[in-house]
Amino acid sequence: MSLIQFEAIAKRFTASGRSQDALSDVSFAVKRGEVFGIIGLSGSGKSTLVRLINRLETPTRGKVLIDGTDLASLKPRNLIQLRRKLGMIFQQFGLLSSRTARQNVAFALELAKPRLDAGDHTRVDDLLNRVGLGDHAHKYPSQLSGGQKQRVAIARALANSPDILLCDEPTSALDGESTQGVLDLLAELNRDLGLTVVIVTHEMDVVRRICDRVAVLDHGRLAEVGDVAQVLFDPQSDAARSLGRHLLPVPPAGTGPSADRLRLTYFGEVVTGDALSAATQGADVRFSILSGQVSALKSVPYGHLIVDIAGPDRALVIERLQQRGVRVEAAA
Amino acid sequence: MNDLALFFSNIDPGEIALASWETVAMLIGSLALSVALGLPLGVWLSMTSPTGLAPNRLTYGLLSLVVNVLRSIPFVILFILLIPVTLALVGTSLGVRGAIPPLVLGAAPFFARLVETALREVDRSVVEATQALGASKRQIVLHTLLPEAMPSLIAAVTVTAIALVSYTAMAGVVGAGGLGDLAVRYGYQRFQTDVMVVTVALIIVLVQGLQMFGDALVARFHKR
Repeated sequence: MSLIQFEAIAKRFTASGRSQDALSDVSFAVKRGEVFGIIGLSGSGKSTLVRLINRLETPTRGKVLIDGTDLASLKPRNLIQLRRKLGMIFQQFGLLSSRTARQNVAFALELAKPRLDAGDHTRVDDLLNRVGLGDHAHKYPSQLSGGQKQRVAIARALANSPDILLCDEPTSALDGESTQGVLDLLAELNRDLGLTVVIVTHEMDVVRRICDRVAVLDHGRLAEVGDVAQVLFDPQSDAARSLGRHLLPVPPAGTGPSADRLRLTYFGEVVTGDALSAATQGADVRFSILSGQVSALKSVPYGHLIVDIAGPDRALVIERLQQRGVRVEAAA
Repeated sequence: MNDLALFFSNIDPGEIALASWETVAMLIGSLALSVALGLPLGVWLSMTSPTGLAPNRLTYGLLSLVVNVLRSIPFVILFILLIPVTLALVGTSLGVRGAIPPLVLGAAPFFARLVETALREVDRSVVEATQALGASKRQIVLHTLLPEAMPSLIAAVTVTAIALVSYTAMAGVVGAGGLGDLAVRYGYQRFQTDVMVVTVALIIVLVQGLQMFGDALVARFHKR
């Protein structure tokens, strides 16, 4: 069941007589309960696309449906209701500098209800504890680190119990450690609250760590959409290939091209070294591992190796690897 | 008598006190009204500007034109031009009362522009985040734009107050009273240099005081 659906979306910006197509003919759907990535280089239209979901932008052509409702049919009052059911966080956090962390979270509730009661204040405190900032409730944004600010923003976005959390480059202004913390928090909220998370990023690494599926945008067009594993390991588009390249091991410099070279990819149960040693057991081959990596897609471990395998039993070894669920490709 | 007392022989403390009071009264009255008129006007300018929350080319163009016209007329000339309007509004074009309408019409558009700039400089992500939380335009202005711009708005009031001090001095030339009037009538026309020195010194003290007070308020509201 798709929760968010884009149908033939086009968006054209016109400024001082010049017009530019930010998005052309984009169609895909986000399912309820998934963590969905929208990836692309800057200028690919990904931020515009996520802003269509809560109507911070309106499409020039095409439709956005949430739970089957066409957003274009909403009256202003209903749009405000809809936005309260859609949380959003931003690269630059968007916190009010004149309010403390606590007041920033309460702000989301105050917009719907000017006078908060004791239950609302408890909810604010629960939210701050939930994002791990219970001790920083009385600090102003200027007294918090980037990661802490983003956590306040997440708590604020969750205040009205949304079904969907939109994230526009949520970790791009953060250092590595804070990035990990914020991504872990998002994954946890997805798991515990069943929150559907749409995350815009230019980093394939963010997609690798928490997304289930991903849409790749290239100059305003949908280059491809699919499971993260597929888009990362078997990209169909140049855009996906170039965005994912740095996550894949490459043969070390100085090793020339070889006809024997293979790229092995495996997921989940299959453990890299194990599969390779089992497959080459008793076979008449020589092999050398040129580079490799064991990492994880969300929670699924994967291995990725570049090996040279030569000898009379090369075909047999390849067959054995494939039987074990390892994907084998030529990598000259 | 020593030299210093001789130099200040033309000073009449009563007259200086009265003139100072007139200047302060003109300043307070016109500043309050300029802020009361200029703040909504500045919000309106910022809302209807091409990058605002409710862009409207025609409204923005007209408001902008009015503001620019009022700002481009030199104050002394504006004062004289407005005499019929002033008479209709407050019944006199003289004294503190007569000075207030032209002072306000001179300063409110200036303040409105400063408000527009202050609101435009509020971080765009804060405005977007507020919109995304389901805030109405009215809530965005009242709960996000104005509080976030508060330090800049206070600085804008300070700048406007100081501009008004100089306007009141000019108004003094054309019948408004106050320290400017004293400086012109005694200091300039009767060559009483001592009166000139004292009035100028008082104006400097006033401006300096306003600036220090404004800066202190800005620092208090600045949470960044």
